[in-house]
This record gives sequence, structure tokens and C-alpha cells, in this order.
Amino acid sequence: MVHRIEVGFRQGIRDVLGEKTGRKITEHLGIDVTAVKTIEVYTIDGDIAEGELAAVASGPLSDPIIQEYAIDRGIATGFDWLIEVGFRPGVTDNVGKTAREAIELLLGTQGSVDVYTSRQYALKGDLGRSDAERIASGLLANELIQHYEIISKKEWISAQGVPPYIPRVIIKDDPTIEEIDLAVSNEELQKISNTRVLALAVDEMKIIRDHLLGETVLHGRRKAGLSEKVTDVEMECLAQTWSEHCKHKIFNSLITYEDENGALTTIDSLFSSCIKKATQKIREALGEDDWCLSVFVDNAGIIRFNDEYNLVFKVETHNSPSALDPYGGALTGIVGVNRDPFGTGKGSKLIFNTDVFCFASPFHNKPLPPRVLHPRRIYDGVREGVEHGGNKSGIPTVNGCLVFDERYLGKPLVYCGTGGIMPARIHGEATHNKTILPGDIIIMTGGRIGKDGIHGATFSSEELNEDSPVTAVQIGDPITQKKMTDFLLIARDRNLYRAITDNGAGGLSSSVGEMATLCGGCEIDLKKAPLKYAGLKPWEILISEAQERMTLAVTPEKCKAFLALAAKMNVEATRLGTFTDSGMFHVRYGEKTVAYLDMEFLHDGVPRMQLNARWTPPRHEEPAFPEPKDMGSALKELLSRLNICSKESVVRQYDHEVQGGSVVKPMVGVVNDGPSDAAVIRPLLDSFEGVVVANGICPRYSDIDTYHMAACAIDEAVRNTIAVGGSLERMAGIDNFCWCDPVESEKTPDGRYKLAQLVRANRALYDYTTAYGVPCISGKDSMKNDYIIGKTKISIPPTLLFSTMGKIKDVRKAVTMDAKQTGDLVYVLGETREELGGSEWFALHGLVGNAVPKVNAQKAKKLYQSLSRAIDRRLVASCHDCSDGGLGIALAETAFAGGLGMDVSLSLVPRKGIRRDDYLLFSESQSRFVVTVSPEAQEAFEGSMAGSTFACIGKVISGGTLRVAGIHGETILEEAISSLKEAWQKPLDF
Amino acid sequence: MTKKVKTIVLTGNGTNCEMEMAHACRLAGSAVVDIVHISELLYGEKRLGDYHFLNLPGGFLDGDDLGSAKAGANRIVHANIRKKKEKLYKQLINFIKDGKLILGVCNGFQLMVKLGLLPAFEGDYATPTVTLTFNESGRFEARWVYLKVNGDSPCVFTKGLEGLYLPVRHGEGKIVTKSPAILKRLHTNNQIVVQYSDETYERTVMDYPDNPNGSVAAVAGICDETGRIFGLMPHPEAYLHYTNHPRWTREDLPEDGAGLSVFRNAVDFIKKAF
Repeated sequence: MVHRIEVGFRQGIRDVLGEKTGRKITEHLGIDVTAVKTIEVYTIDGDIAEGELAAVASGPLSDPIIQEYAIDRGIATGFDWLIEVGFRPGVTDNVGKTAREAIELLLGTQGSVDVYTSRQYALKGDLGRSDAERIASGLLANELIQHYEIISKKEWISAQGVPPYIPRVIIKDDPTIEEIDLAVSNEELQKISNTRVLALAVDEMKIIRDHLLGETVLHGRRKAGLSEKVTDVEMECLAQTWSEHCKHKIFNSLITYEDENGALTTIDSLFSSCIKKATQKIREALGEDDWCLSVFVDNAGIIRFNDEYNLVFKVETHNSPSALDPYGGALTGIVGVNRDPFGTGKGSKLIFNTDVFCFASPFHNKPLPPRVLHPRRIYDGVREGVEHGGNKSGIPTVNGCLVFDERYLGKPLVYCGTGGIMPARIHGEATHNKTILPGDIIIMTGGRIGKDGIHGATFSSEELNEDSPVTAVQIGDPITQKKMTDFLLIARDRNLYRAITDNGAGGLSSSVGEMATLCGGCEIDLKKAPLKYAGLKPWEILISEAQERMTLAVTPEKCKAFLALAAKMNVEATRLGTFTDSGMFHVRYGEKTVAYLDMEFLHDGVPRMQLNARWTPPRHEEPAFPEPKDMGSALKELLSRLNICSKESVVRQYDHEVQGGSVVKPMVGVVNDGPSDAAVIRPLLDSFEGVVVANGICPRYSDIDTYHMAACAIDEAVRNTIAVGGSLERMAGIDNFCWCDPVESEKTPDGRYKLAQLVRANRALYDYTTAYGVPCISGKDSMKNDYIIGKTKISIPPTLLFSTMGKIKDVRKAVTMDAKQTGDLVYVLGETREELGGSEWFALHGLVGNAVPKVNAQKAKKLYQSLSRAIDRRLVASCHDCSDGGLGIALAETAFAGGLGMDVSLSLVPRKGIRRDDYLLFSESQSRFVVTVSPEAQEAFEGSMAGSTFACIGKVISGGTLRVAGIHGETILEEAISSLKEAWQKPLDF
Repeated sequence: MTKKVKTIVLTGNGTNCEMEMAHACRLAGSAVVDIVHISELLYGEKRLGDYHFLNLPGGFLDGDDLGSAKAGANRIVHANIRKKKEKLYKQLINFIKDGKLILGVCNGFQLMVKLGLLPAFEGDYATPTVTLTFNESGRFEARWVYLKVNGDSPCVFTKGLEGLYLPVRHGEGKIVTKSPAILKRLHTNNQIVVQYSDETYERTVMDYPDNPNGSVAAVAGICDETGRIFGLMPHPEAYLHYTNHPRWTREDLPEDGAGLSVFRNAVDFIKKAF
């Protein structure tokens, strides 16, 4: 029997969700509605008595103080249109799951009911059916994952309400295995790859075909009950393992690079020759003091924090799913990256999140290409997904940024990063290593497997196109994950498992497959895997990316205790098989073997790509616009740029203080609204040692030269860290490359150029990480950030996010960016050059220019070391880095964050080759800071900075005015800090 | 007089402030501070009765999926102790009867009002009369707020305090009473312990964002009639050291954060009462 319980707010109680929805309808769609009321609907499928229904409705499902409920009738009244939005079959319904558990507990029964949730929006207003349709499809429901129903006032019969809709997954349980014949033409092979979303190249498929024909291979297969044909399970497993997403084929390819003079060089894997090699060089230089513990080999990188603890860090992207379902995609992005440091070494406790989003303007007002969601919808959805994922997991979101460029319209970038802390040793054993022995039991724990997230790995290895699969989208469940991590941390401390890894892209295929390399084989039975619903094919079970799952290696003698603790803590854990040393990735479904692949072939059989790159430096129009007459307005215009303006409305929706170790918050200053350069947290509440988290990202410079784009991104992250009191002594980096397809093809005729851009960015990464001694400890690449539908192609600008995690020895010495005291001296550190190429100032004029900022690492390093020492000696009152918008923005922000005025003279600014005041104010030369120093500390500070470029350019004044004298001495700018702040705060205040 | 104060910090199913709350209790001088997963209570491995001070930390019980702490309250009421004919709820009610202390912060406070533990007029700890619902801004709010402390309140946790400056981090912090009479009664009984205020801690405020959620009468926290059961939305455990303060780099502040005094008061009270 199916029942519906509807819950709405009582008369006189504000329905803020309804009000917010009403505002969004107006803001997003331009449709005026008079009122919106929301009603939560629980559709209960199962045997449940009438009295019990009332107990359920009045108990867990409604709040007697503010809500009322109706059973099996409609509760909505006084509307013109009623829109009900529910999930499609198989989509994760977290609220439904919680409701089911609550009902079962209340009734004292198990497995008696299923609950599906939906929400009604009762709209009042002068609307036609087409308006209601637009509201439903354009805002309230994402048709990929949700369905909706629209009922007009006329059609409505309240005694009947909306007929129950049950999105139950009904699939015939048919666990058959298909054999795929690869002895076919190239066209046929390509077709197989396309229709199955394998993202495999024809050559790769041929290699698989030939491998299976090998004499010993075939003999083994026959013994296992297989033939020379590949099974669908094997095909999917290979496609996942060999995907660009998992194998980083482009980063590991052999590249012939041609420079602008036609000189050729061969690059044997960008990953090995640039990223890994740089880290290796830095570690060698550190020698005995090497604090890197585990780099590039695990789900995240590990460094030493102190003798007792290690730090773990990883940043991931979740771009493609976020393009299709911004909320679910981003939520899965954050809870997904949480599992990386959690599944690294013996597992770490998660201590911070950092998120960076790249969107098109939320004010985009041009027609949208097919399948593209409006950037405002993406902005809201991603923001909310990360809010729910981060806040509900109890991990503080301490740092991040938003970057805007029209070219993120086709694919937004959603970077999510997480740090963790782990004891250096547990029961005497080092925690940063992973070992597995043959005979260890394979256990999967956490959530169940469904059709959600099938082909995530392969789908994200292609551009977003018409056939991008809906199943690739998942919705995370932070609470299921929290319950699992609570359990696993206890299990870890009791030494109940030997190794742990997460189930992310590729699901079990990847987690078990990669763990099996540590011992040399595995044997698992997919029939044992717990499913959300029946009807999954064995290959789907193997590669499903259903969330909240970890895979563990448990020694046989501890298996019982592990499973008992799981049961006690109400977390599902299932034995799936055994790790072996057979050399085979052996998968069964019950007794039948469904995959039997040589481990070596699985992991190393993928053919190496050979690619060509050619660098032709682009030339842009050299800007020629007059110096603005009103520099104050110019500054305000810049402050209102999306890339510069305040992001406080987003920041305040993320919990950045949970866990109690917040030291430097995202917003600082006299009224807590100035933009912090980096975050400082104290992960151990009984110690003053802290962690500094920062990031650098500047994709605009890619339009000129990705070498300098990458150099600037690295410099930005490093100087942000220095600005709050961190040092170069122990700072680790994470590289996240998001590129547009750099492989030359029909779809990508400019592939050589894009690959050259990638090469140059990597060279800069090598040059600057080694120069600063900031090793990358882990990273990620996402190489297909293009959108191609019909004739429209949108490619993102090549984007490198460089994230850092550093150590500060004593958080009590940290510094914030707000001016502190009237009379303090204002210094500019570093040299300003005429480097406005790719700057916000040029972008404001619709220009790019050519003089991209270049980083002088040797000078910068010296400056950073001196500044770190000055901060450590408590000589610095405030410190703010100069980034987007340059010196002008940094001065304005320093002043208004401190609620103080400033009187400065540009003629005193150390500079080279600049003759215009606007250029001096807005050049984006790197490695610069605005610092304020109390007069008592002047001498010591200047002594401390000796040998670096710096100058005192004025002082902090009372009265709330920023006054700037130009190069020639006259006042060029005099603005109230309140009006500067207003310009900065206004744009994204929604 | 007891020297050995025993504190339990309850966790599990989405709670996430247990570490810092336990740290606060330790700093406040509690001799025993156990972070206890609810499954340990339900397995009978730990008993509420063995402690003096129960902390219900912030978080998202069951994701707040049915409304904040609703599913959590349902669990406390209906869950059985394994292999025993005993309800966890009974242990909780006995704990209160024994005159012990309960502090609920944020999600813990939401849990308390949804269970009816607050305001619990005339000792009725089972009937909800107030609730906490969505902020009027329609958003999650992470910001610091000034709190005026009611000196006439019987609350043992705020003895001697005039004002507190603490962070809120919630989406459902707006207090709504079942009727105006309930609000009046809260006032009359001085059960309103802390209210959102201006920075002088004198004037209560209804304006956003100083009042971050639109709570009626700017109420941020309430106690029961005995003053031993206290719940509030702002997080005292998030301000234990001056470096937690958002402006510590520009203001002279004492070493200890103001939030610590809430826990000190609790521990001192127990030392005298037990």
C-alpha cells in the first residue's frame, strides 16, 4: 500500500525556502510570482497501519510547533499552480533514506517500508502554464535526475492530492555476461567504444584483442571458463583503468615539442620529467631533513607535521558532473575528495577543505547552447552542493576562491581539496605506507552500489557532448560517509585493518585493482556486493561509482572484530574476496569467472601516446587607451570586477570554524569583512603549531603564455602563504591541471598549440617549485574540458590551480591583511613593472595585451625569506599580497578591511619602466606585498628586509579616506574607504 | 563535593563538534572526559548515569534531513539498549532527575528543543513548546555574534557573565515559540539566557546580521527552570583561545577565549553540587 504524508508550515509561520524560491524565480527567470509555499512530501511504500501513519507524521516527519501534516490528501491551498518535484528512479534520496530509518525505529521493524521524498511548490501569481513549465524545468527541477508534475488550480482536487509516484528501480535481475568480439573492423571497434562509453581508442582495443589471443593467456582463460573474446566486465574494467582520467595518458605520453624557432625537443612524460623530477630534486636537496613521506603513490600526498603527526593533502576536480547537475556534482566532488586523504596510508582525520570554482559570469545574458545550464544556476548549485558536503561532514572550509571567465560556460571547473592529519605511528608502525599481503580479506564498507556514477571515469575523459550519460551523475550523502569515517577512525586506532583506499572513479574496479598491485592479485565475488536495488549487471557492480565507500585489506584474524565494530556503529561492511599473489585480477559472479586479467597487462598494457606540440607565441593587440581622468572611479570599477570583488556571501555559507582550530579566517579586519590571503588553522588544540592553506590560480595569463600563467599561480599560492606568516621551510604543493583537449584531431585542430601550452606550464612548474623548494606531493589533471554540441565548441582557458599546505611553527605569530593602527607606515615590497598583459585592468577594457607578469624566483625567494623572518619577529602589523588588480586593489583592501584611511605616494613605489599612474596602480607584477608596520618597528623591519626591493610609500591615517598621490606628486585619487568597500561588496551579494 | 567531574560528550550519526567540546571540558577542569559514540550507549558499554555532565555537540544529526535533529530526537526517544528492556531515553530522564548538567550547542540545542528537554516548564521534559527553524535569510550563516547574558537567569553555565562573543554556524537557528504565552513565560521565568545583541552587550537586536536568524525576541539560548539544562545556537567551544577570535590580530584579548567560562561554570557547579 502506498501513502503520502504532506508536511507544510502552519498559518503565520514564515516559509523562508518558499520566499527564497520566489526570489530566485524572479532573479533567474524574470517571472514575477506573488508567493511561493513549499510542502515536503513523503511517499511511503509498505505495510503500515493508519494509527502508525499518524504517529510517523506527527513524530519524526513534522514539527508540531510550526508545521501541519496531511495523510493521503493534498495540504496545499490558495495557489494558482502546484509543481511537485521528485527524484527519478535510482537517484540518491538522502532524506528518503533518513525518513525510512526513522520510521523503522519508531515502528520497531526492519525493511518494512520504502520512503521517497518530493517537494511541492505552491505558486501564486498571474502565470500561464508555460510560465509554470519554465519555472519547473528552468529552476526547480533538473530533468536529468528529477521529474516534475504541474497541476493548475482548476485541476486540483485536494481530497485526492497529487497521485503517488514511486520512483522505484525495477530492472529484471539478469546477471548475464556478454562476450564482445573485437575481431572486427576499425569502424566497428570505434562504434563499440562509443556506444559503451568506453573512451578507448581503436588501437587500444586492438591491443586488448591481441593480448587475449596470446597462447598462455588464452590457456589460462580457458581454464577459468573464458574464451578469446573479452567479457563485458573485462572490457569495462580495462576502459576504466586505461581511461585518461585514471591513467593520465597525456601526462605520461611521449611528446615532440617544437618551439617558436622550430627547435625540437622530446619530452618523455611530463609527469615524470617535470612534476616528479622536481619533487625528487627538492627532496634530495633537503637530504636528512626531507619532510616528504609519501608522494604521488597514494590517494593523497603525505608530509611530516611534527614528530608525532603527519599531514595529508589532495585536491580533485569534479567538472563534468557539475556541468550536468551542479548540486549533485559538486556535493560528490567534495565528499569524494574527502575520501582521498581519508584513504591514504593508514587513513587520516580530515581537518580542512579548500574549494575553487571557475564559472562564467552569473549575469550572463546571451542565449545558451544546448545542454548548458545558466551560469547562475551552476553557481548556486555548486555553492550549495559544496556547502552541504563540507558543512555536514564537519570539515571546515577554510580557503578558496571564485574565478570568472566566459569560457567556463561549457564546463565549469569545480576544484575541491581536503587535508587530513594522522598519527605518525599507530601501534609502533609508520602510518604513511601501505602494505597488503596475500590472504588479506577484501572488505567494502559504507554505502551500497547502484547504477549511479557508472562511466564517470570514462565520461570525464571525453568532452561534454550530446551523449554524455545521465548515469555519470551521483549525489553524495555526507552523513553516510561521516558514519563510515567515524567507524573507520576507531578501527584504524585499534589496528583492525592493514590497508585502506577509497572508491572513487572506477569504483571497485579501481580500488581493488590498485590495491591488488601491492600484493600481486585478487579474487572477488561481485555477487556478494551489497546493492541498492536488484538488477545490476556484474560489470555495473564492478565500475559503479556509487559514493561513500571505502575498500579495505583486513587480515583474516581481525576480520571478525572489524565486522563487529561496523555492525555496532551501524555501518555496512561486506567481505568481497581475498587479495592474492596470483598475478591475476580475478572477478567472479558467484561461481562463474567473469573477468580474468593479467595484473601487469591491466595496469601497464596501455599503449603510450605519442603526441606533437608546437609553440607559436600569440600576439595580441597592444592596448592604447588613455589614462583615466577619474582614478577613483577606475579603482571602484576594478573593485567591482567579478574576479576581484568580495566573495563573502559564499564564505559565510561555509562553516570555516568547526573543529575549533580556526586562527586566520577567510574574512578578517575591523568588522570581519576583509579578504584574507590564506587560512591558518591549528589542527591539534593543545599545540600552537599550525597549518597554512593557500592557493594560486590565474588562467587569464594563459592567453599570453602558460609558462608564466603557471609561474604566477605558484607564486600566488606561495606569497599568500608567506603573507599570513607561513614560510618556505615546509610548504607542499598540489598541482591541478584543467585543460582543454590538447590532442590534435578533427575536433581539435589546434591540439599542437594546446599541448605546447601544457608543456610550457609544466616546465614552469618544474622551474618554480624547485626554485622555491615547494614540492608537489600529489596532483590531478582533467584534460577534456571542452563542450562540443553541433557547431558550438567552447574550450576553457588552460587553468592550473596550485594549492599549498604549509606549516607555521607558532600560530600566535600569524598576520592578517587589515591595516591596524593610525600612524603605521605603509610599505610596498617587491618591484612593480609594466606587466599588465592578461590583467584585470586590461580585461576591463576588453583587452589582453602581451606583457604578462613574469616571476623572478631568486629575488622573490629572498624577499619571502626576509618577510617570513620579519613576521616571525613580530615586526609586521598587516600584510596583504598584490594579485588581481595589483597594488591599487591591495591598498584599498588593506585600508577598508582595517577601517582606516591611507595616504600614499606612487612616486615612492619601487618600479621599472612605468610612466602611467593607472599602470603603476593596476599592474599585476608578481611577488609583491602591501605591508603596514608600526613606527616603533620601522628600523628593525627595514633592517630585516635589507637586500630586497621595498619602500615606505606613506602611512595609515584616521578619517577613512584613501589618498593616493601620483608619480608626479599630485593627488590622483581620494576616495572614502566606505565607498570603495561598497563597490567591492556589491556585485556578488546574493 | 567531588573533585572528579565526569563528562560525557555524545557523538555519532552526523555530530561533528565533539573534539573541541571535549577539549573545552578538559580545559575547564573535568577529570574525566569521554567522547562516547551513541552506539556505545546502545550496546550498554557506557551509561549516562556514570557521568555528571552531558554535552550534546553541534553537527548534523542524520543530515538534519527531516528538519534539524528531528531524526536524532526520534532515535533518542525510541532506541533500546541492546539485550535489555531499557530505553536510552529513560537514562536521559534519570540523568536530569539526578540534578546533573546538560549543555547542548547548535545541533545539540536543536535536539534538546525537539525532545522537549527545553524549556521544560514545570519539569515536563517531554513536550516541545519551542522549536528552531530555518534562518530568515534562508541561508546557512557562519559569523560571530554578540550575546547579552541575562544576569537574572537561573542558568548555572553563565554565572558571572555579562556578554559573550561567539560564532554561529547554522541554517536552522531561528527560535519560534508555540504561542506568545510561551515566550512570555520564558521571559517571566528568566529562562532566556542569551540574546543576540549589539557590541556593548546591552541592546538586544532583531536586525540581520547581528541577529543572524531572526529569532523571536533575539533569543539565542534558553535553559530549563533549574538552570542546569542549557542550550544555545552559538558555539562556546569554538572560542577557547584568543587566536579563535576573528580580530585577535588587532585587539588585546585575554589568553582564554570567552567560551571557556561556560564550561568552567559547569565544572565548578558540579564540583560543589556532587
